[in-house]
Amino acid sequence: MSILVDKRSRVIFQGFTGQHASFHAEEAMRIGTRVVGGVTPGKGGQQHLGLPVFDTVDAAVRETGADVSVLFVPPPFCGDAILEAIDAGIGVIVVITDGVPTQDMVRVKRYQIGHDTLIVGPNTAGVITPNQCKAGIMPSHIYQPGPIGVVSRSGTLNYEAVEQMNELGLGQSTSISIGGDPVNGCDFLTILKKFDADPATEAVLMIGEIGGQQEVEAARWAKEHMNKPLAAFIAGATAPPGRRMGHAGAIISGASDTAQAKMEALEQLDVSVVRNAAGIGGTLKKLV
Amino acid sequence: MNIHEYQAKELFRKYRVPVPEGHVAHTAGQALSIAEQIDGERWVVKAQIHAGGRGKGGGMKVTNQLAEVETFADRLIGSHLVTPQTGPAGRIVHRVLVEQAQDIAHEYYLSLLIDRGSQRVSVIASDAGGMDIEEVAAKTPGKIVREAVDPAIGLQDFQCRKIAHGIGLRGKQIHALTGLLKRLYRCFRDNDAQLIEINPLARLDDGRLIALDAKMSFDDNALFRHPDITDLRDFDEEDPKEVDASGHDLSYIALDGNVGCIVNGAGLAMATMDAISYYGGLPANFLDVGGGASPEKIANAFRIVLDDPNVHSVLLNIFAGINRCDWIAEGIVQAIRDQQIGTPVIVRLAGTNVERGKAILAASGLDFIEADKLDDAARKAVAAANGETA
Repeated sequence: MSILVDKRSRVIFQGFTGQHASFHAEEAMRIGTRVVGGVTPGKGGQQHLGLPVFDTVDAAVRETGADVSVLFVPPPFCGDAILEAIDAGIGVIVVITDGVPTQDMVRVKRYQIGHDTLIVGPNTAGVITPNQCKAGIMPSHIYQPGPIGVVSRSGTLNYEAVEQMNELGLGQSTSISIGGDPVNGCDFLTILKKFDADPATEAVLMIGEIGGQQEVEAARWAKEHMNKPLAAFIAGATAPPGRRMGHAGAIISGASDTAQAKMEALEQLDVSVVRNAAGIGGTLKKLV
Repeated sequence: MNIHEYQAKELFRKYRVPVPEGHVAHTAGQALSIAEQIDGERWVVKAQIHAGGRGKGGGMKVTNQLAEVETFADRLIGSHLVTPQTGPAGRIVHRVLVEQAQDIAHEYYLSLLIDRGSQRVSVIASDAGGMDIEEVAAKTPGKIVREAVDPAIGLQDFQCRKIAHGIGLRGKQIHALTGLLKRLYRCFRDNDAQLIEINPLARLDDGRLIALDAKMSFDDNALFRHPDITDLRDFDEEDPKEVDASGHDLSYIALDGNVGCIVNGAGLAMATMDAISYYGGLPANFLDVGGGASPEKIANAFRIVLDDPNVHSVLLNIFAGINRCDWIAEGIVQAIRDQQIGTPVIVRLAGTNVERGKAILAASGLDFIEADKLDDAARKAVAAANGETA
């Protein structure tokens, strides 16, 4: 088992014929992902990487039965492309694009209400269920099947944690980066609930960062309802207040946004908080 | 992106949000002639810098003497203004705003922002104006009113009335605030703002509501569709090194430590800084080279990091996903050769094509300190910065 994606997922790429999408579609297929086609408006009817290209997501879904879409659509058009995927009934939308205007995401999230769709990103490395399905841009060779559910904001810090886990022989059920934007598709809480319900996941690692209160809200739910151990790391203990640390959402806007405040709040909610970024693997080993 | 108060007020005027009569001045002479043209007998002179706390820092003066407008403007323009938010170095004042002084009956707080909690634009208001809103929120949370805006229908009249009632406005002022808020929301939405803060919003003796201050910032990701807003950017208010870095698609923030950092990905960059601190050192900067780090980007990253004289070692931590370690390694070798870098460089490579990357570094014959893991890299970088070997 796993969450969000597995070997039955039928994956399309939006912005399919672009350079990055092409590269990552091929990489995904190499590890066995069932890629069924792609969408590039104006190029419908063509073949790309041996797969059909469609003008609209709606056509792609009707022809291929796609249920996962990975977006490599440039920022000015990305909000619209997400709306199109929601409208077409895609179940899991993974938005790789970095730089989507915040208010476009506000509108996307409004439109999403009442649709049975989960959005990962924008500005995400994506989702991977090792050896089954890769809907993202992560280096898939470092991910191994196993009992840990991983959810992070950052992509590269997700890789770092996974490498530490590999050294200790700990694999992943599914690994997800939710992205670094202030208004993002799904939050930590949504993913924790899914991991809690997934029989293949024995423990969960949450990698947060400065800014916002998502980590604390997720931990509050976990304390009451989650039946699996939860470990967390919060990046940005050395970040100065008021400065945007690369991610659009990584900014300390108030006292409760700091890494220290979040780590303390999480500890009070019985989360195993990792204080040293290099100790993530070790902490998880103790939990399973 | 932030803009100045006078620029925000000009934008407010376009949306018919009331602001005091006034204009920006670049010289003391201009300040005087602006004051002469403004109705009334009292004026306010305000330093225009991108930092708050100007009142506390001596960057603001109310006077009924025209001559004082000129002397105060003369003193401010060209001076370093230090406020609680500028840091000890302060900011150079290049211009002042000269406005008609108002007869204030009460001060309120008002802001619109992207609210991470509701994932929508929210209006926040309080009857405790002129104070730090964080302080109000901590001490008297009941005094803060909050309304999230449904983007499909926009800010509604009833929400504005709730806000007006919540901050204690009565009678005609409830309608006045409704109009003001709806125009302000359009200003926020149309320009892809990230924050509009009016602190204080004043109720005058004659009952009118007016924005005495205006702070506004914009979503960098949406500037592509707002060339008019992009033109308002003031490079004098930004760290020249950060401007230089952003020109090369690098995200750089200077800090006070002595271990330079070059990392890919914002999360890993923060975690690397944290690890340096965990092992007793202090990071000199945040630097994210992003995806697709070309040799040219790596070279620029080294140049910018090493431009800081406090940097005594550089930790390069790359976990390649979209990036490739062999390309990164070529960039490192080229940068160290071209820039004749003598500072100790600690390199930690992982991910895509790591073996090829390591082979390139080994074949270069250059003097690196290699590290396989994050903790090892952080320890070595801290030791090297202190002139020790780990």
